[in-house]
Amino acid sequence: MSLRIVVCVKYVPDATGDRQFTEDLTVNRDDVDGLLSELDEYAVEQALQIADEADDAEITVLTVGPEDAKDALRKALSMGADKAIHVEDDDLHGSDVMATSLVLAKAIEKAGYDLVITGMASTDGTMGVLPAILAERLGVPQVTLLSEVKVEDGVVTGRRDGDSASEQLEASLPALVSVTDQSGEARYPSFKGIMAAKKKPVESWDLEELEIESDEVGLEGSWTAVDSATQRPARTAGTIVKDEGEGGKSLAAFLAEQKFI
Amino acid sequence: MAEVLVYVDHVDGAVRKPTLELLTLARRIGEPVAVALGAGAEATAAVLAEHGAVKVLTADAPEFSDYLVVPKVDALQAAYDAVSPAAVLVPSSAEGKEIAARLAVRIGSGIITDATDLEAGDEGPVATQAAFAASFSVKSRVSKGTPVITVKPNSAPVEAAPAAGAVEALAVTFGALATGTKVTSRTPRESTGRPELTEAAIVVSGGRGVNGAENFHIIEALADSLGAAVGASRAAVDAGWYPHSNQVGQTGKSVSPQLYIASGISGAIQHRAGMQTSKTIVAINKDAEAPIFDLVDYGVVGDLFAVVPQLTDEIKARKG
Ligand SMILES: Cc1cc2nc3c(=O)[nH]c(=O)nc-3n(C[C@H](O)[C@H](O)[C@H](O)COP(=O)(O)OP(=O)(O)OC[C@H]3O[C@@H](n4cnc5c(N)ncnc54)[C@H](O)[C@@H]3O)c2cc1C
Ligand SMILES: Cc1cc2nc3c(=O)[nH]c(=O)nc-3n(C[C@H](O)[C@H](O)[C@H](O)COP(=O)(O)OP(=O)(O)OC[C@H]3O[C@@H](n4cnc5c(N)ncnc54)[C@H](O)[C@@H]3O)c2cc1C
Repeated sequence: MSLRIVVCVKYVPDATGDRQFTEDLTVNRDDVDGLLSELDEYAVEQALQIADEADDAEITVLTVGPEDAKDALRKALSMGADKAIHVEDDDLHGSDVMATSLVLAKAIEKAGYDLVITGMASTDGTMGVLPAILAERLGVPQVTLLSEVKVEDGVVTGRRDGDSASEQLEASLPALVSVTDQSGEARYPSFKGIMAAKKKPVESWDLEELEIESDEVGLEGSWTAVDSATQRPARTAGTIVKDEGEGGKSLAAFLAEQKFI
Repeated sequence: MAEVLVYVDHVDGAVRKPTLELLTLARRIGEPVAVALGAGAEATAAVLAEHGAVKVLTADAPEFSDYLVVPKVDALQAAYDAVSPAAVLVPSSAEGKEIAARLAVRIGSGIITDATDLEAGDEGPVATQAAFAASFSVKSRVSKGTPVITVKPNSAPVEAAPAAGAVEALAVTFGALATGTKVTSRTPRESTGRPELTEAAIVVSGGRGVNGAENFHIIEALADSLGAAVGASRAAVDAGWYPHSNQVGQTGKSVSPQLYIASGISGAIQHRAGMQTSKTIVAINKDAEAPIFDLVDYGVVGDLFAVVPQLTDEIKARKG
């Protein structure tokens, strides 16, 4: 029996660029290069490894995002995913996590799945809650924040390293998994992979196709509203001293002056 | 006055500091009603009452520890139905965020995560968030449903505000999803005796410059001289020099202490994402060009193997 894996990947502005908000207080996507959220590479990697172990598996990568978000899909395809779905609609602009998750859930249901895999968090919104929300919306077990994951005989198992304990988890498919950056380095696309990706199918879906009303998503339809975004003032230049034998002592004097000692 | 649900993070009845901070914030928007689940839930009541909880709803059942997250969502939803609060506040731990998120879906509400401040507004509570590795400060609101907000540790002072704190048993019916993800084993993390990283007033972190697990005792000694928690960069963690649970940054812990000391850490954007909101930042790095120096209140350009032990000795000497 074939194992249908859907991997959710987000297209985000490069974190090393000068990220800004636009006038409508959404993320400025024009002035900083976009890419596949680095933490979603780990999700693609685990999907590939799970598919390798399965008799017969198919990996679909899914994104909700603007036109450029195809780049994220191409990257995932060149790593080895089989096909891609791009949910793209002008009315999606400014969607918050509830709106985004609604669209993802509908798309996942339409695509058909046994296993959904996501990253632990995006590198722009960094909420880290979308996986749990998706599991709730889909009505399947959440097996989240795994640093190790395995799928065998319709059962997913994994290790979750939490604040106070490390837990071993188990759930039956269909299920939703999110993986951390401790799950194993993601592979680089090979030249062959990059060439092959060009021929792989990328479907485009809009809101109508998913039977979602435009007032359920986007800036207006979202469940949250941003009132302001202000750049934090640059930190005032601190004192920097060169150690010439007394560096530790001068630092101690600073800490004492600041009442930390 | 409107009631505000506060989800209690506790370990066998010992309430963790971020929950007490939540009670301070909750009082700005209403009357705190606390929800404590699992073993020791009732034992939390005294300290919660001292900090403003008018009521403490408690429930215990094996489901809370045997299955992941969802049983706690069922319980929080039961509390929500019983109270009809004006807002729901949850500490921003990994689990706290997941519990809050699932509750928000169920009650048809928006969610704001990782708030660093909260105030009452005309259209409901207004939350402050740090965005893009804390280079922006964002103010936002939940515009649909009852605001569900998760709050980062060290976002508010802990204040005494004695209230009734009457304990009431919460009746919870677990839904079909509650037993979906079984916890088949649990290995508790060994306590180091040092403060909890996310809650600590002072954090001392080491990076690739520490150059080996065997050298981390230098960082630990400095931390101990200040009563601080120990952090590490991802480079140090990936090299196996320090446990992942101590990683500070985007994919590690996010810290906001009064004082952050970085040694042998360059200050990559992903590291900054987890520490940039620290009040006072200090760095020791032998490279004067390291980006971490852009953030510091005080920086020493030098070899950490010379500077850190000297600093530790001087602190000990000053403390007598
Ligand atoms: C600085 C900032 C703060 C924000 N704060 C809030 C807030 O408090 N409340 C709120 O409702 N919204 C918020 N948003 C909007 C929110 O980030 C987006 O709606 C987003 O798509 C979902 O949240 P996330 O990116 O934080 O996802 P996370 O929960 O961090 O992402 C986890 C995983 O979900 C998957 N995923 C996420 N988005 C997509 C996508 N578009 N397509 C495919 N897969 C995806 C990926 O696998 C990812 O690894 C914020 C955005 C920004 C930029
Ligand atoms: C998706 C993603 C998520 C990430 N998440 C995190 C995260 O959560 N946390 C995190 O920290 N990183 C994270 N990173 C990694 C991050 O990009 C950097 O690689 C990492 O922070 C570097 O660690 P470092 O500063 O210890 O090492 P380096 O950048 O190698 O810096 C070492 C520093 O030590 C100095 N040094 C060397 N020897 C000495 C000496 N004897 N005395 C004094 N100074 C010395 C050097 O001058 C240098 O500045 C993430 C990366 C990605 C892509």
